[in-house]
Amino acid sequence: MVSNTAAKLTLKAENVSVYYGPTLAVREVYLDIPRNQIVALVGPSGCGKSTILRCFNRLNDLIPGARVEGQIHFDGRDICDPRVDPVELRRRVGMVFQKPNPFPKSIYENIAFGARINGYQGDMDELIERSLKGAALWDEVKDKLKESGLSLSGGQQQRLCIARAIAIEPEVILMDEPCSALDPISTHKIEELMHDLKKRYTLVIVTHNMQQASRVSDRTAFFNAKETAQGGKLGYLVEYDSTQRIFSDPKEETTRDYVSGRFG
Amino acid sequence: MTAELPGDIAPGSWHPNRDRARQVQTAVKVVCGTFAAVSILTTLGIVATLIFETIEFLQAVSLWQFLTDTKWTPLFASKQFGIFVLVSATVTISVISVLVALPLGLLAAICLSEYATPRVRRILKPVLEILAGIPTVVYGYFALLTVTPVLKTFIPELGRFNALSASLVLGIMITPMVASLSEDAISAVPRSLKDGAYALGSTKHETILSVVLPAALSGIVASLILAVSRAIGETMIVTLAAGANPTLGFNPLVPVMTMTAFIVQVSLGDAAVGTLEYKTIFAVGMTLFIMTLTLNGFSFWFVCRFREKYE
Ligand SMILES: Nc1ncnc2c1ncn2[C@@H]1O[C@H](COP(=O)(O)OP(=O)(O)O)[C@@H](O)[C@H]1O
Ligand SMILES: [Mg+2]
Repeated sequence: MVSNTAAKLTLKAENVSVYYGPTLAVREVYLDIPRNQIVALVGPSGCGKSTILRCFNRLNDLIPGARVEGQIHFDGRDICDPRVDPVELRRRVGMVFQKPNPFPKSIYENIAFGARINGYQGDMDELIERSLKGAALWDEVKDKLKESGLSLSGGQQQRLCIARAIAIEPEVILMDEPCSALDPISTHKIEELMHDLKKRYTLVIVTHNMQQASRVSDRTAFFNAKETAQGGKLGYLVEYDSTQRIFSDPKEETTRDYVSGRFG
Repeated sequence: MTAELPGDIAPGSWHPNRDRARQVQTAVKVVCGTFAAVSILTTLGIVATLIFETIEFLQAVSLWQFLTDTKWTPLFASKQFGIFVLVSATVTISVISVLVALPLGLLAAICLSEYATPRVRRILKPVLEILAGIPTVVYGYFALLTVTPVLKTFIPELGRFNALSASLVLGIMITPMVASLSEDAISAVPRSLKDGAYALGSTKHETILSVVLPAALSGIVASLILAVSRAIGETMIVTLAAGANPTLGFNPLVPVMTMTAFIVQVSLGDAAVGTLEYKTIFAVGMTLFIMTLTLNGFSFWFVCRFREKYE
């Protein structure tokens, strides 16, 4: 690892393990997320990609019985520390979900909501326009901002969710399989968008799609899961490297098999 | 491969009895259809009786009188038939009871679905349903013998029978219903919507106020309207605690007579079949029926109109 990357890191997970109730779901994950890069988390279903992603904005707090061990450094603090206010953290670490989940409100209100609760004082119309432009959605919706967010197509809804996330100007955006519910054209639009977003934000994306990971990401983390004695699955990080390396010359045999589509 | 596979079944051991299956199918259809028909026919019969007797009533008393008289004295020598005397009492009592039940029920629903631990919820939800099962006569005496005397210490001019006490207790009676149905509506709001709100940095109460409640609105309104029609139709509490004194107006401190209380009064008396008094109760019943039907229709429309909000 090159030493000067430390200065450019945003998130650094150290020895993170997550339990759901008594069951260990993911164990001992180490991940460095460099600023203004896209990190892709890949691996078969149930290996804990979403679980790890949700540690970065403490969304696991909402799941009764979920418990995170280890440390995640963000801006000089350990965000797993109970004294860190998750509400404040989530303003700085935004998230886009697998299934587009716009609020049952107008397009305008979908974006204004987050700004308002976070005490935005500036010009709301301008913020809405800027966010929608940032999510490459402005031209399609500028004449129907008062219409329900649910009247949009799936791909547009997902871009609305991205607009909603960038409206509160986070530093990191987490995306959990953001294209898995979308058609290829919408997927392409969102991938292009990711390239733009990277200039201002740090992105961590979970994806099932190997081509997507190789197209958009700078670094790739490959997770795998093994059967436990109790019949459950235990996820772990197999390998984390530059995307180019993971796809052309990985250290581990399982990584090579997975990225070349031989299992998973 | 000619070797017999393990588990191979000798040909000819399958004898599906399709005829039998079809007969059973028909029998089930007939039985279910009969039961469905019975309930539909009963409803139709009730409605037909109501309409028939109401038409008879309107031949003796003009609709104009029914709607504009300012007194309700069908049992007196000088008869007047101002239905709004009874309607005003029913409306007063229903409005006050909803003013009690809405905040209580909604807060209970929010606490149950969003704040209570699963254990507390497991205990409280059945308790709510038990509350809903208390006989209304118990509520009626509670209003008459407990609530009215307590209220009297604050409002000395309160009558022994009064609309206020009946409405407050009625409100408490319909609270579990509002709570239980609203809780269902709130719990049905998808997790993903709440996650979306939390991920934007909203606190729990911001999430509930700005996302959960608006998304559950149609269900909450439906529960409320159901509760209102329950309040309008409620009989025992108002008969026991609100009095039997037809008074036009919306003053809750005086004794009043609701539509249901009137029907009880006449039914307990000895109005002979076919007399005008007898027909009056059908006219009142018809009015009641139209009011609740309108409310339920509105609720149905509202739910259909707003149901798909979060899909
Ligand atoms: N809310 C939850 N409660 C209990 N177990 C969970 C929960 N969410 C995920 N898990 C378990 O954690 C493991 C990892 O799940 P997840 O992070 O969703 O995997 P992935 O996103 O890689 O498909 C799985 O075995 C899953 O069963
Ligand atoms: Mg997942």
